[in-house]
Amino acid sequence: MNRRKFIDFFLGGSLAGTVIAFLYPTIRYILPTKQIEVVIKKITAAKVAELAPNTYKIFKFGTSPGILINTSDGELRAFSAICTHLTCTVIYESDTGTILCPCHNGRFDLSGNVISGPPPAPLESHNVEISGEDIVVSKKD
Amino acid sequence: MKNILQSIYFYLDTRFKLSDLIQFAKKKKVPEHKYSFWYYFGGICLFLFILQVLTGILLLLYYTPSVDSAHESIQFIMSQVKFGWLMRSVHSWSANILIAAIFIHMFSSFFLKAYRSPRELTWITGFFLLLIFLAFGFSGYLLPWNELSFFATRVGTDIAGTLPLIGKHIKTFILGGPDVTGATISRFFWLHIGILPLLTVIILGIHVLLVQILGMSKPIGIPQNKVKEVPFFPNFILKDSLGWMLILALIGVLCVFFPWEIGQKADPFAATPIGIKPEWYFTFMFTTLKIIPAHIFSIEGEMIAIFGFMIGGLLWMLVPFLDRNAAKERKSSVFSFLGWIILLYIVVMTALTYLLPGL
Repeated sequence: MNRRKFIDFFLGGSLAGTVIAFLYPTIRYILPTKQIEVVIKKITAAKVAELAPNTYKIFKFGTSPGILINTSDGELRAFSAICTHLTCTVIYESDTGTILCPCHNGRFDLSGNVISGPPPAPLESHNVEISGEDIVVSKKD
Repeated sequence: MKNILQSIYFYLDTRFKLSDLIQFAKKKKVPEHKYSFWYYFGGICLFLFILQVLTGILLLLYYTPSVDSAHESIQFIMSQVKFGWLMRSVHSWSANILIAAIFIHMFSSFFLKAYRSPRELTWITGFFLLLIFLAFGFSGYLLPWNELSFFATRVGTDIAGTLPLIGKHIKTFILGGPDVTGATISRFFWLHIGILPLLTVIILGIHVLLVQILGMSKPIGIPQNKVKEVPFFPNFILKDSLGWMLILALIGVLCVFFPWEIGQKADPFAATPIGIKPEWYFTFMFTTLKIIPAHIFSIEGEMIAIFGFMIGGLLWMLVPFLDRNAAKERKSSVFSFLGWIILLYIVVMTALTYLLPGL
């Protein structure tokens, strides 16, 4: 390597190093910082008295919403309230007895299975049990 | 008085060479023919962008980008700040009219084949400007932190999240985490007032510079030597400014009679409201996602629709290189026909969103 090549290499390398020294911290700064997420597996979703038959409640399950339904037969069902299509929060339609995603009209039955519309998969279902006055919802293992 | 003005002009002219600029504007000619009307939409877009910048700067004085105070600060602007309702309504109405003007400008350029050589880059920069202004609309929509914008952001970013391999990373990057939170407002605010304006200034600068260098395109089929030309200054610019005044009057009327709504504050743990839909310029994609079957040949329908829009957008951007006839100054009926089909699709799907919400 002659002197000119060495200087070209040295200056080019310095320039590249300077660019990287600016870019790397900038990119790392822009990328979101990972937050430690507490995984909640069990939660008191509602009180037994607050949910009449054929009604529902959206409850906070960790960082995402869940849906607790007291069916017209008085049976309790719980699912993730996040639609499997494009993550809108679903609601329970009492007149049809089905779960509806109002964003793109996806419809699920009371087992969480897709009846109609664009959702590609069923809703994630949760376990429901009554503990005293509380309705406790837990994730299925 | 006249002498003082002349002295000021002389002082500035010596330093900024204003007479050269005026001479250039006077020499610059604009073709005049039966389709000249469509030329004015470019100027209208520019005018509306300036209006966006001015009202946006004013809104910054009171707006605070956080979950706890974003909605409240908009309420404060609308109800407490003197003429706050006007500033916000002008910003929102002019943003919507700007998107409409961009669509009109784009389709008129398409049908007049203004993208043909040597104006390919003008078309491509224009296409990027459309994407940037859609991003402006999408990011600005969340800033008031109301329930409609919250769910629209959730759906919109989830569309990005469905892309294979990189989708999840893109979604996390846009949202600042796995879901729409306070970090999302900060990011959208950063995009809305920092990154997107910077990109706009660069790309709009190139777009306008190309228009100045290459001049306005003359339609195919009109004999080039028979096209009348008028001076850019003052003839064209006067007509252009008349259009701006009309648009300004329209915005004023809309703001007075239909001030922009604030909506309900977003609650991430509330059910999605019935009849929810995004801003009108995204509704053709929204309705497509609504009516597409869950699976087509065992592939998820939404994936097909999203890829369809992406490939369609890419082909639309590359039209100057695909339309070989227009490049040779020949009529290209196939591309005109495809353009009408695309326009019809957008109009029908948009109309269906509002006419048949339960579709």
